[in-house]
Amino acid sequence: MSSTSRRNFMKWITVAGTAAILPKGAKAHGQFDGYPNSYGVLHDTTLCIGCRSCEAACNEVNDFPQPEKPFDDKSVLDEKRQTNDKCYTVVNKYEKDNNAKSPVFRKFQCNHCKEPACASACFVGAFTKTPEGAVVYDATVCVGCRYCLIACPFYVPTYEYDEALEPRVMKCTMCHPRLLDGKLPGCVEACPQGALTFGKREDLIKTAHERIRKHPDRYIDHVYGEKEVGGTNWIYLSGIPFEEIGFHASLGTTPAPELTSGALSMVPIVIGVWPALLGGIYVMTQRKEKIAAEEKAEAVKNAVDATQATANEEMKKASEKAKQNKEKAVEKAVKEALDKATKQSGKESS
Amino acid sequence: MTESNPTVERPLFCRFNIIAGIFITIGLWLTYLRFTGGLGAVSNLDHYNPWGFWIAFDLLCGVALAAGGYTTAAAVEIFGMKKFHAALRPAILTGFLGYSMVAFALLYDVGRPWRLPYPFVVSPGVTSVMFEVGACVALYLTVLFLEFSPTALEWIGAKKLRRIAVRLTVLLTIMGVVLSTLHQSSLGAMFLLVPSKLHPLWYSPYIPVFFFVSSIAAGLSMVIFEGTLAHNSFKDKMDEQHLKSADHIALGFGKGASFVLAAYFAIKVFGVALGNNWHLLGTNYGIWFLVEVFGFILLPCFLFAIGVREQNVKLIRWTAFLTVLGIVVNRLNVVLICFNWQLPADQRYFPHWMEIGISIFVITVGLVIYRFIVTRMPILYEHPDYKKTH
Repeated sequence: MSSTSRRNFMKWITVAGTAAILPKGAKAHGQFDGYPNSYGVLHDTTLCIGCRSCEAACNEVNDFPQPEKPFDDKSVLDEKRQTNDKCYTVVNKYEKDNNAKSPVFRKFQCNHCKEPACASACFVGAFTKTPEGAVVYDATVCVGCRYCLIACPFYVPTYEYDEALEPRVMKCTMCHPRLLDGKLPGCVEACPQGALTFGKREDLIKTAHERIRKHPDRYIDHVYGEKEVGGTNWIYLSGIPFEEIGFHASLGTTPAPELTSGALSMVPIVIGVWPALLGGIYVMTQRKEKIAAEEKAEAVKNAVDATQATANEEMKKASEKAKQNKEKAVEKAVKEALDKATKQSGKESS
Repeated sequence: MTESNPTVERPLFCRFNIIAGIFITIGLWLTYLRFTGGLGAVSNLDHYNPWGFWIAFDLLCGVALAAGGYTTAAAVEIFGMKKFHAALRPAILTGFLGYSMVAFALLYDVGRPWRLPYPFVVSPGVTSVMFEVGACVALYLTVLFLEFSPTALEWIGAKKLRRIAVRLTVLLTIMGVVLSTLHQSSLGAMFLLVPSKLHPLWYSPYIPVFFFVSSIAAGLSMVIFEGTLAHNSFKDKMDEQHLKSADHIALGFGKGASFVLAAYFAIKVFGVALGNNWHLLGTNYGIWFLVEVFGFILLPCFLFAIGVREQNVKLIRWTAFLTVLGIVVNRLNVVLICFNWQLPADQRYFPHWMEIGISIFVITVGLVIYRFIVTRMPILYEHPDYKKTH
């Protein structure tokens, strides 16, 4: 590995740590404001009649193939449908017995989160939260890992599973190209009932609360998407509890980047601390081994010395004893000789 | 290689090669289907269930079970536990092959595999936990390749290059531990994004820690488990040193795994406490959670401890298998079984046989390469020219 790529890697890692806390477009000194001037759509489900005009318009704008059953066939509303790679929006019907407000129709499509989980998840940055409010996808960099499908709390992105070599992630674009041309999203333009209102998100939230205030009997006192997962650019009004019309009621208000920022911020710490810690342990182990080896060598030397000393001592004792013995023997021999001489001289004199 | 074990004859058309040949043939046919018909042709993946058996088993289990490489290298090279030296080369080899198999399997799962370098060279998405996983896995694969290289260089007799490679050992070991800490935990951190989709008993802010700690237990247990398998198949390749230390390694690693599993059990309990999810333990998912935590974490923890205390190597070897199974259960729980738990049954995922077929194909290719290397290179014995030089 060259030093440049290592440096790049370090740069990425450091950036990854901070970028997780500061999403794209954030000012370095403050909180990401989620583009307050961005656009959104208010879907008032109490006004929707399930005519599927929005579905037809979406199909046309995005050049999708015609579905099996035509868009004026209302029998498709009898089953709960999902969006897929050939259909960015569906309207589902929710019926409840003995309820004057029943049936309720509810349109599904991408909610265009202020801080999108798909963008947080994507490791090639294929998703962008545009200042216009739309969350758009760039197929030219997509690897096809489908982490965005996993991450999305609304099950919005879909994937071209039948595409062998160039599969794309498919989801509603809020008609971003049309917005840039000054046109309305296809579905909003097609809605004959005014169930879809396009406008600045901030204004739409005010409108929604205004409607609740004016008609407390008509609406549940909750604007879905105002706070969910940090806020979405599509927001909803309903006359019956949201979980009864296919909404996840307990998503919480934490935006996606906050869920992973803690873990990501640990990366530089691990890279910084682990090598020093492990290196230190390695050095200590080496030292311990060296000391152990030295101590062993010294112990051996001491033992050898001690043995040597004992041997020397014994040798000395032995030689001394031998010397003494020798002296004794000489003395004895001299004495014997003297005795003998004395005896002999005694004999001669007598 | 040693006098005591006569080399076993391994003919080309032995049982192993014939079975492997069948699996590989099927695998090549499935590969053709995958790259001509798309993921839909070979899998049950759909818009609600975009990750299936490949991510759960091949990737998450693969990475966890290949953790033997970094745990053994750290024990021997950093903590100076030289008595486990005989376990090092087999662990590095299986780590290297394990990660290679993970990367290989990923080529089937991602839509455009030739773009896998894109995060690093074209368009880095640094806010993504997956970016970190990708970067660390790619770098660690390189580290494992370098850690493995002395073995191959001894085999081909490149003494000079080998000397350089051996000198890098400590540096590579430290890098291996750093990179493994990061990506083992980040694989868990990828699921931090889905509090609404993953069952609360498995979802936790601690999930990166769960993944990291359990990977150590998985790594230690895999070294014991692989050692058992290798002992059965390649005993003729093992030298005296290797055979002599086999039981010693099982006892030492079993002791380590027992401690790690105890810690893992404790933090899993903390996880329930932190989320205040006690009330969920009575539900069906709760019972399944208790099975995982008591049957696959606390039970092997105790069995390892008993095995070490009574010097019962056989018990330790079976417990290692239980632990490995437990890690597989955990990863399958996080990705498949407890993911999308709120969806109605007809929208849940069950793997297509072809997905499992491709996984078996990938594992078979790995085993063939393992066998090729172990029967030729100095993995289970010391090369006579390089004794005591590493």
